[in-house]
Amino acid sequence: MEPNRTYQPVPPPSRRKQRMSDKIMALVWAPLNWLEERSAIVSGTRYFLFRKVPSDSNWFHTLGSATLTAFLVQAGTGIILAFYYRPTPDEAYASIRTITHDVTLGWLVRGMHKWGASVFIILLFLHMARVFLFGAYKYPRELNWIIGFTLLVLGMLQGFTGYLLPWDQTAYWATVVGINLNGTGPVLGPFLAQFLRGGDEIGPNTLTIFYAMHMLLLPLAIAGLIFVHLYLVVRLGVSSPPWSEEAAGAPRLDEEPRGPGLVRPRARGRFAR
Amino acid sequence: VEPRHGDMEPHSPGPSIWPVGFAVGIACVLAGLVVSRPAVVIGAVITLIFGVLWARDAMRAGRHPVEETPAPTEAPPIAAAAADLDYEVKTDGEVVRYPRNKFLELTTLGLGGVITAIVAVPVVGFAVLPAFTRQETPGVDLGPTDNFPEGEWVEATFLREPALGEVTRRTAFVRYNGTVSGDPNYTIISNRCVHLGCPVQASGPRNDEERETVEVENSELTLTPVLPANYSCPCHGGAYDTEGNRTAGPPVRALDRYKFSIVDGNLVLIETYAVAEVEGEGARAQIKAYGIQGPGEHVDGLSGWMYPIQPQDLR
Repeated sequence: MEPNRTYQPVPPPSRRKQRMSDKIMALVWAPLNWLEERSAIVSGTRYFLFRKVPSDSNWFHTLGSATLTAFLVQAGTGIILAFYYRPTPDEAYASIRTITHDVTLGWLVRGMHKWGASVFIILLFLHMARVFLFGAYKYPRELNWIIGFTLLVLGMLQGFTGYLLPWDQTAYWATVVGINLNGTGPVLGPFLAQFLRGGDEIGPNTLTIFYAMHMLLLPLAIAGLIFVHLYLVVRLGVSSPPWSEEAAGAPRLDEEPRGPGLVRPRARGRFAR
Repeated sequence: VEPRHGDMEPHSPGPSIWPVGFAVGIACVLAGLVVSRPAVVIGAVITLIFGVLWARDAMRAGRHPVEETPAPTEAPPIAAAAADLDYEVKTDGEVVRYPRNKFLELTTLGLGGVITAIVAVPVVGFAVLPAFTRQETPGVDLGPTDNFPEGEWVEATFLREPALGEVTRRTAFVRYNGTVSGDPNYTIISNRCVHLGCPVQASGPRNDEERETVEVENSELTLTPVLPANYSCPCHGGAYDTEGNRTAGPPVRALDRYKFSIVDGNLVLIETYAVAEVEGEGARAQIKAYGIQGPGEHVDGLSGWMYPIQPQDLR
């Protein structure tokens, strides 16, 4: 800011305008105040959303939220698809055709779910790569890395179970191969395959088992783990990028450069802020 | 507040080279499983050494000695008050723990645990056990034995369990080998690829004009004369000769076969069994037979030890 520049003070709003805006704000806040007094939901939401983050956080830090958004899209479109899908061998394929060709906007919702599944997995990997390359998995965030990895496995299980549901030739044989692949695991593999098939052979039970896992078991597990994941993010804070000189808003205590390490503060002049 | 970067704060276990060596060992084992056995041993040794060092490091209570908290000089006031009572109470820090308090806590947790177990055990059992019980499948009637001329292959598609519908449709390649000491002999090969379960095809001419549809109880089956040079799988390129021996590709054993019996002049399939390999041909074939196993599972040799029990062994 140039020191000699003078500023015109902003004129105060007229009293009538002031009263009007006060009334509107009071109207907006009345129900929120009612909720806040009984549940602290407003201050809780503020605490969750308006956290301090490192000043040099960047777009790569949004990949986690993007993954969460992709999951919510999958959950929403999946619930709507369940209105029309019938998980029996005789009806599954026909009901998918009905959704795609007959139900109004069915093609859109099914398309969002189908392509969104790939987007979800891709974003999972990008988010994982960001955390890995930024070293954000290190102490004290190792547990959140483990939870994130579990989420990746559950996400891939979602892909595996969801792939069978259209019940066409590709879906059927891909699932045959996938289950038998699990079956080749030593000692316990045959039992895992037997559980996934729901018996000795792939049949009607396999479809309903996969449907129940895809619809209930895995989404609930993923949602629960995302909750824990976010709790730890809020508790531990967002990590700074590796080139950062500040740690999540707090100034560094030691100003002298540390010994030769992989990443030395100030060693990367290009990125220093 | 965000803990600062790097290693300034004491935490346990501290950063060390051991996990890196451990990971290198694991990678060495995995790579060795593919390329060379000695590398597996070396990898295992590296993994073990670094694993032990890592565990030893982790079990130390941090690299910084923990400061001992000074012993409280006088009893907390609440404990002093408890001392005036005429029955014994225990203090847990600043809180007085009465025996009844402790008892109620334990009974609440214990009862909750018991109720949870009573509910959860049957539910989990219901979720898992049906896949492992009541799996007997009825035999499959393939119609009169006249449909299978001696020395010729017939591709039979049938419903394994008509009650469950089309999803149980299976295919077998059947050849009548004539009689051996008065008993009829058939080679009946399942078309389930023993790599990962895709359907193998008969590679060769196929006489669709002479396809027959045979009505049997509850369902119908089709019989098509085929002239296979070999069997091949569309998924990953597994190939077998006409006796089912692997000739190329990833399969780990020979094609499964069906046991059969003749009931009232009809050929009836009973169940499948696994085959390691077949020597010879037709009626004189020497079949190394094993109980049925899933595709991709070795039945013999060193690798067969990876599958000591099968789900059907427990029935």
